[in-house]
Amino acid sequence: MEPVSLEPLDLQKLSVRQLNHFLHHEIGAKTLSRVEILNPNGLHNIAVGLDAPAQVDVRGHAGYFLGGMNRQARIVVHGNVGWSVAENMMSGEVRVKGFASQCAGASAHGGLLFIEGSASSRCGISLKGGDIVVGGHVGHMSAFMAQAGHLVVCGDAGAGLGDSLYEAVIYVRGKIRSLGADAREEPMAESDYARVGQLLGRTGVDCSPREFKRVASAKTLYHWNVDADQEY
Amino acid sequence: MCGIIGLLIKPESKRSQLGEWVTPMMDCMGDRGPDSAGLAVFSPVGDAPLRRFSLFCGRPGFDWTELGKAFERDTACEADLSAIENHGRLVSPIAPESLEEWLSREFPSVHLLSTGRSIEVYKDMGHPAEIAERYGFAGLAASHCVGHTRMATESAVSPAHAHPFTAGEDFCLVHNGSLSNPWSLRRRLEKRGVDFETDNDTEAACRFLEWKMREGESLEDALKGAFIELDGFYTLLMATAEKLVLVRDAFACKPAVVAETEDYVAVSSEFRSLAHLPGIRSAELFEPAPEEIYSWSL
Repeated sequence: MEPVSLEPLDLQKLSVRQLNHFLHHEIGAKTLSRVEILNPNGLHNIAVGLDAPAQVDVRGHAGYFLGGMNRQARIVVHGNVGWSVAENMMSGEVRVKGFASQCAGASAHGGLLFIEGSASSRCGISLKGGDIVVGGHVGHMSAFMAQAGHLVVCGDAGAGLGDSLYEAVIYVRGKIRSLGADAREEPMAESDYARVGQLLGRTGVDCSPREFKRVASAKTLYHWNVDADQEY
Repeated sequence: MCGIIGLLIKPESKRSQLGEWVTPMMDCMGDRGPDSAGLAVFSPVGDAPLRRFSLFCGRPGFDWTELGKAFERDTACEADLSAIENHGRLVSPIAPESLEEWLSREFPSVHLLSTGRSIEVYKDMGHPAEIAERYGFAGLAASHCVGHTRMATESAVSPAHAHPFTAGEDFCLVHNGSLSNPWSLRRRLEKRGVDFETDNDTEAACRFLEWKMREGESLEDALKGAFIELDGFYTLLMATAEKLVLVRDAFACKPAVVAETEDYVAVSSEFRSLAHLPGIRSAELFEPAPEEIYSWSL
């Protein structure tokens, strides 16, 4: 399909509701494959709930929940984002050129979230199968209770990394301030290097998979231990 | 949920634009706090011993001229009194404790909102955009200010419960969050002779910090103590005559974003209330980290 684009959608002229209505009903139906959004000005809920293989460029800083529930679309934010970018993403890709506030990629089931800058606290909280790559650092309690998927951190990780992890796996290149309950560092296997290499390749981050360490669940919380007396 | 905003304008030549720049910030953050709002602005009042006192009376049709005349007659102090809506601004060399004593005796329905050589506080109930309009925030000129839009969660909606809270002189604080130990803090402070005016949690934080400063600590050192003593969620934005100071608690659940250019430092709960500021596209933007103290001086 040839890319088809249209005049930029300007959020100084449209409400977010009008914009999202357009994106939901027009980009699939009219086979528009490229949409540009101007003046996001920190507004919330931009490009939420897309379900079409289009590219959406957001020119500026966006607010909370950008690209939430995304399916298929490739959304690029040429700026920073607020809380919960790509929350509950199902597939596709969300790329943030700047930094992301807390809960980036929360509960994402699929797709790739790439934050070129840093992400603050709770990045990848409750991750359910999506992949997240952060070019900079992540804040405290990242990947809290993450169930499936991968979080790749090219910088440092804040306190309590991977607390109460399930089956998600974290890769960190820099320093880890502290691990959360039941998270542990494990040796990298060849399959880990391959996975990190593949994700770095998709995002274009220039560093070697060999520099990363693996953090995964020690699985001591999987079963109730009456002797632990609530001390973990 | 509440909204906090702050603005410090660096070049003196642009300080006349403070009101024009900050009013849209407050309007926008009305989405986070539609109950009531307040703004503290800082500009030097003149030579000592002059002080500026912000007064509030919620009684419709209150006669501020009468208060001014009574003040001069009773205290033999000069008074420059102006009023807008529910607010009176008194500039006088009177000692703060003498004014408080006189007010409680002669005009018990008038509350003293702030005292200092630089601070002036406005706060009232209603939507922030409407309060800004009523009190003419757009026309304010000052070096810096902090503001708040309140969505009450733990104590009544009233002008006294609106932020900013003040304690001592030229110090104020706004808070987004909720404290879980304000009453234990309060009991400790009351034993040391600190008086409270409301049952609001934020007032405990404000008076705790001011008490620490009176004991000789810097605001920054007092905040290091507050990280240990204050239990709960908070983004706190404070101002003195010389600076703005911002902190977030260890959990950092309550948002804040900072934008800095060569002309200003702007703080808000959300970026969208800063989007109108001149030069914002090239501003240095960051999200303050938990338990870090950020301070910007004039």
